[in-house]
Amino acid sequence: MAFLDKHAILEKSPTLLLTASLLVVTVGGIVEIAPLFWLENTIEDVEGVRPYSPLELTGRDIYIREGCYVCHSQMIRPMRDEVERYGHYSLAAESQYDHPHQWGSKRTGPDVARVGGRYSDAWHVDHLMDPQSVVPESIMPKYAFLADVKIDGEHIEALLSTHRFVGVPYTDEQIAQAQADFRIQADPEGDWDGLVERYPGAAVSNFDGQPELTEMDALIAYLQVLGTMVDFSTFTPDASR
Amino acid sequence: MADRKVDEETGVETTGHSWDGIEELNNPLPRWWLWTLYLTIIWGIGYTIAYPAWPMVSGATAGVMGWSTRENVANDIAAHDGQNANLVAALLEADMAALPENADLNRYAVARGGAVFRAQCSQCHGSGAAGAVGYPNLLDDDWLWGGEMEQIVYSVTHGIRNETDPDAHWSQMPAFGDIFTREETTATVEYLVSLASPEFDATLAEEGAVLFLDNCAACHGDAAMGDRAIGAPNLADAIWLYGGDRDTLAYSIENARFGVMPAWGQRLSDEDVRAVSAYVHALGGGE
Repeated sequence: MAFLDKHAILEKSPTLLLTASLLVVTVGGIVEIAPLFWLENTIEDVEGVRPYSPLELTGRDIYIREGCYVCHSQMIRPMRDEVERYGHYSLAAESQYDHPHQWGSKRTGPDVARVGGRYSDAWHVDHLMDPQSVVPESIMPKYAFLADVKIDGEHIEALLSTHRFVGVPYTDEQIAQAQADFRIQADPEGDWDGLVERYPGAAVSNFDGQPELTEMDALIAYLQVLGTMVDFSTFTPDASR
Repeated sequence: MADRKVDEETGVETTGHSWDGIEELNNPLPRWWLWTLYLTIIWGIGYTIAYPAWPMVSGATAGVMGWSTRENVANDIAAHDGQNANLVAALLEADMAALPENADLNRYAVARGGAVFRAQCSQCHGSGAAGAVGYPNLLDDDWLWGGEMEQIVYSVTHGIRNETDPDAHWSQMPAFGDIFTREETTATVEYLVSLASPEFDATLAEEGAVLFLDNCAACHGDAAMGDRAIGAPNLADAIWLYGGDRDTLAYSIENARFGVMPAWGQRLSDEDVRAVSAYVHALGGGE
């Protein structure tokens, strides 16, 4: 065991010990992290996934601000019980434009990865105003104040630009039209063709039923798009992933 | 090493360190511990060969066991579906109207439908199906769009007033706030109150009856009994979706209501739609 006795050399020199520790951690880091940047199978290419519209992105910020993620995850795991309850298991591509993603498995409330389109806008309003009015057994707090906070998309171009900075492929046109798209998504009477062209499948609705644009509109717009981007009738899972 | 020091008391080699005369014994690791460590290293290498692990240039190693999470969940679901394959096939072929007469199949459909209901429908209609303000009670026999089995299947499949299914049930009451004066609304409300309650203002209700016949009866019927073909609620009974007090009725008349239900045919399998319909039909109000 003469070789193993040599550890005394490392242990007796702090500089050598630090250098050698750094070396070991570096190797571990390179092996675990570096491949993710060029591995083709890290995120598979899935048709339909698009960046969030300005109103949805604003709603996402509200979702994060209010800590919804503390109780609700957005990750349907590939297990039979979850798939039966929530729908198709989540794909990595579905959160590729999420910064940060909302994965998790702590479910004080149900997973919301596929909540989009599952309930009417009016239900979301009722539920956010007073969750117990529709689900008496719920322990969710009330978020009625969201309907009173008006929003005007003041920093919406900057928000989109920031997301572009971290890798979300917003086009120049999308950023230039951000303010208009922000408003038109909650105005079904308006001319929203451009919005739907830029963000296919975006739901246009007066989400909160009020004339003003409020945080409630933004949050419901976000909830209604969750998990709806991929058409699973045409999606064939690659078993190797 | 030449200059090994041995502790006199125990006969064990020391590390050679000395702090104020206190020396550290250099006991070897217990053999069982050391061998467990070596075994876990060997096991770890074997594990990365057996299962997907090592990142390569364009993908990760797949592992010799052919493990696939996606395949596993698909197989798991297929295995459970397979156990009920005969019942599912029978349910898909069944004449839904006659399903309650087929006791065995009906029992399966209602049990399956109950599971679907609790996961998908209870958020609006309540875990006991008693509904909530704006979300119909499914326990009673007061149906908006019909309570026969086939009608329930249609409502579940296509939903109500949604944007996603062109075959969804659709009707829209005008908001009478733009049409009625406040007095006319009050009179109409009084007429509606008079239909199910003994306490009302007779003269006002009489005035309201005329307004009702002129403006509302086309959809809700001359006797205010509603019309299921267009989802017009029966206003002559004591069951109210949004509330039957005077204030709520006035609000409903002036602003109209527009209840939306998603098209579940787009989210659920055919057998689940049929099962949940059987469940709702069996709750007590099925016709």
